[in-house]
Amino acid sequence: MIALLLRDLKLAFRAGGGFGLGLAFFLIVTVLVPFSVGPQSSLLSTIAPGVLWLGALLACLLSLDRLLALDWEDGSLDLLATAPLPLESVVTIKALAHWLTTGLPLVLAAPFLGVLLNLPVPGFFWLVVSLLIGTPAMSVIGTFGAALTVGLKRGGLLLSLLVLPLYVPTLIFGAEVARRGATGMETQTPLLMLAGITAATIALLPFASAAVLRINLR
Amino acid sequence: MMPDLGKYADTVLWSYAASIGLLALLIVFSIARGRKIRAEMEKVEQRMTRNG
Amino acid sequence: MSIAAKANALWEYANPRKFLATSERVMPFFWVSSLACIVVGLVWGFFFTPDDYKQGSTVKIIYLHVPAALMAINCWLMMLATSLVWLVRRHHVSALAARAAAPVGIVMTLIALATGAIWGQPMWGTWWAWDPRLTSFLILFLFYLGYVALWEAIEDPDTAADLTSVLCLVGSVFAILSRYAVNFWNQGLHQGASVMRAAAVTGADTEEKVSNIYFYPLLLCIIGFVLLFIALVLYRTGTEIRARRVKALLARERVNG
Repeated sequence: MIALLLRDLKLAFRAGGGFGLGLAFFLIVTVLVPFSVGPQSSLLSTIAPGVLWLGALLACLLSLDRLLALDWEDGSLDLLATAPLPLESVVTIKALAHWLTTGLPLVLAAPFLGVLLNLPVPGFFWLVVSLLIGTPAMSVIGTFGAALTVGLKRGGLLLSLLVLPLYVPTLIFGAEVARRGATGMETQTPLLMLAGITAATIALLPFASAAVLRINLR
Repeated sequence: MMPDLGKYADTVLWSYAASIGLLALLIVFSIARGRKIRAEMEKVEQRMTRNG
Repeated sequence: MSIAAKANALWEYANPRKFLATSERVMPFFWVSSLACIVVGLVWGFFFTPDDYKQGSTVKIIYLHVPAALMAINCWLMMLATSLVWLVRRHHVSALAARAAAPVGIVMTLIALATGAIWGQPMWGTWWAWDPRLTSFLILFLFYLGYVALWEAIEDPDTAADLTSVLCLVGSVFAILSRYAVNFWNQGLHQGASVMRAAAVTGADTEEKVSNIYFYPLLLCIIGFVLLFIALVLYRTGTEIRARRVKALLARERVNG
């Protein structure tokens, strides 16, 4: 299992695209927002938590179609399916690798981009906390979407369409935590809901992803 | 005959037109596709029986 | 007949031939009765019910808005049930019925959204508000689109049926989750106008006595929409079965010739 994780991480760093792409997109979105909505700092600090969450989500969405496609093309997915490791573990590892290469860098980059958008000082802590809790759910849900569309040529658009509504609850609660944190309101309820969604998706969704992958590998 | 719809006449008539239009489109498209597929199936089945 | 025997008799309809024969026989009844119910309900509602003292004549939109919204949700529930039947018992008719129902659900959701927007314009002063119920329907619409797109994208019919069934199951869980999330996110523009409970709809801003005037034509329209949904799904499932057969016959032809 650890060998598989290390292999995925190595590939992500070496192949170049997977690692930098999400971060670059996140940066582009945050830099462009002030140009499109205007430079008033009060407006920017109001929308900062939401914009940062949206940027992170879109960056995550963008990197999904590479999650399983490469392994599918070179046949290593077939090998993994026949390996003694259960497919449920494989998809969990895949999701973990995706989170480590995409989700975690986004979390670490978010505070710096927050400066650009005049994020209020108490907001930094809550932004990082909410992203830290929310991004694993996005990786796990994304793995499910990638497993659904893995056999399709040009499945990228379909993948986004399928995953989009699945991201809604995570986005709502995550951005709510960041927004409430930034304005100094209590954050406990949305934070618990966000953590609940993440825990439940990590616990249950790999089974669906593995089932879907088995169907696709048939 | 037409009831007096007052100042909301546009609103009411537009929603009726939109809904009935959408429903009619759905029914027409369903039946058109159904006819087409049915004809196609009969054609293929006939060819199959002729050729054995 | 015992319950088990009855249940077995029910599964007989999973045979495509039997399904086609039976649906052919009962479909005229559903078409005629649904159109009759809808026409009578709409004419009754449009011409013979008074204006609401608060909402004016816009209250007449209810006869389309509420049945369409109900069917938009019930259609997804039906797809969920047939998807489960496909996954557990592998009856092709069941999977095809889910596929046939999805576009009907899309149209129902569109009608609910369109009439809601047109109604909202004079009532709330805006075409669109991020009201929880509107938002939930928009999300439901996205789920329908994804479901149909996945069906269209996959070549192999059994793989497509399996994948869309799993998507339907997972999507249902997330749809419910979204409903709660959206409720939490925005408490809503208007109080009490619960679309799901006919009594609340008709009794929201009016006195109980008046609400009965609206209730019967509304009930008739709801029944009409349910019957229309059944007729459409039976017909479209028949089309899907034939399309599958054409595909199989052509494939056999290619192999032989």
